Amino acid sequence: MSDSQLNIAIRHTLHTAQGTLPMEVSFSLEKAAIMALTGPSGAGKTTLLKQIAGLLMPEEGKIAIGNALWLDTQNQYKSPPQQRNIGFVFQDYALFPNMSVAENLTFALPKGGDKTIVEELLEATRLENLADRKPSQISGGQQQRVALARALVRKPELLLLDEPFSAVDPEMRYQLQEFILKFHKLYQFTAIIVTHETSEIFRLADQVGIMENGKLTQFGPPAQVYLNNSQPEKDLYIHGEIINYTKTADCILANAWIDNKIRLIELPFGMEEKALTGKKFTLCLSLQSPEILWLS
Amino acid sequence: MDYQPIWLTFRLATITSAILLVLALPVAYWLAFGKFKGRGVVEAVIGLPLVLPPSVIGFYLLLAFSPSYWFGAWIEKVLGLRLVFSFPGLVIASILYSLPFMVYPIRAGLQSLPASLREASYTLGKTEMQTFFKVLLPNCKPAILTAFVLTFAHTVGEFGVVLMIGGNIPGVTKVASVAIYNEVEALNYGVANQYALILFAITFVILLLVYSINNRLLRVRQSA
Repeated sequence: MSDSQLNIAIRHTLHTAQGTLPMEVSFSLEKAAIMALTGPSGAGKTTLLKQIAGLLMPEEGKIAIGNALWLDTQNQYKSPPQQRNIGFVFQDYALFPNMSVAENLTFALPKGGDKTIVEELLEATRLENLADRKPSQISGGQQQRVALARALVRKPELLLLDEPFSAVDPEMRYQLQEFILKFHKLYQFTAIIVTHETSEIFRLADQVGIMENGKLTQFGPPAQVYLNNSQPEKDLYIHGEIINYTKTADCILANAWIDNKIRLIELPFGMEEKALTGKKFTLCLSLQSPEILWLS
Repeated sequence: MDYQPIWLTFRLATITSAILLVLALPVAYWLAFGKFKGRGVVEAVIGLPLVLPPSVIGFYLLLAFSPSYWFGAWIEKVLGLRLVFSFPGLVIASILYSLPFMVYPIRAGLQSLPASLREASYTLGKTEMQTFFKVLLPNCKPAILTAFVLTFAHTVGEFGVVLMIGGNIPGVTKVASVAIYNEVEALNYGVANQYALILFAITFVILLLVYSINNRLLRVRQSA
């Protein structure tokens, strides 16, 4: 166990619509790693996030980050959420309606804290012009940026994001990912993101945990978890459409519309007559050998 | 016509509502978010004035406040205060009588706020107290306003309790509702009508103001 790690071991009973479910989760994260937490709803993802934040108390468990101990039920130790150096982005953003955008951020400052971070974050999230607006007077995407910026005011060691991508359109989703990556580079926080989108997991995460029925059934780098998977029903499928292509000396470079973004993909020779403009395809990433099925 | 009963009524209602607001905030918060056993008992006790005839409450308060019983005797000994047939006694009785009208709307307002607001404030390092005053209360202003006005109006309309423990000492305990009753008993319908009209007009204007303010607050909140 290095001291730059987040270590989590939790045992709890989940109360779901289907009855009680034992929850058992343990994993470690390197400092500054981004972990995606995914799985069906009701599996306990939000509960886990709130337990890490200290908003919910697990029946048994130990949570430590670096040298700081946050929870140790065996020794009856629990630090309150206020004393855990975290940032939490809630699914509903939880912006304070009575405060302006700037006030929402300033509220997060500790007493006598340096205000420059607030201006820095407003500028970085391109919210300076909206600083005096109330949350109800800005768009959903802007609200989300406020929530992210507010969670970063205290320069948290650990950033927790509960389905930040679920409520906004793909354009904004992409933009938010950019912001998360940018801030991650800047502040080097460890992050846990609850998300359902496989493409996002690949784009953002160093580690992915799949949670099912209260248990972390799979954990590891996304490529390993998704691509080395021998169970056919867990293959990763990427759907796309060829927009145009150019030939180079040794391959075909095609611009493809994948997940609402134009992406350049490399295709081997011999697919030339198949990879025509307007063709729809499904990229099947399974058993370490990507395979393309041409649909139309 | 003697305006003293009207003046006394509004003085009583203002003092009662102001004290109750301070008392009800922690109680409402506790009922809304506290984790404790026996919540049902506390709720039932607070809600009693909603269902009990005012004369029942008045009767027991009369006994409690009377110097011939231990509570009244103790208050008189410690504070030098006789609560029965006095203005302070009326204030205390009104506080108990109007307690649910202040506590319940505020509790409902607190509970209607998304839990994530509280949680977000905690994760931003704020204490429960800071969260309560800076996040929760400012965001349930309509509920607080409603609670205050309901309490005020309920105290203005008080009759049975006042009659039981206050009597009708002019300038001390003779409030407008009691004055109206007295005038009607004495067949002075004209004076009774004047009192009644003034009460009617003032309370109507207050309610009108409150609902327009509340609607504006809600509209601001909902416009997105």
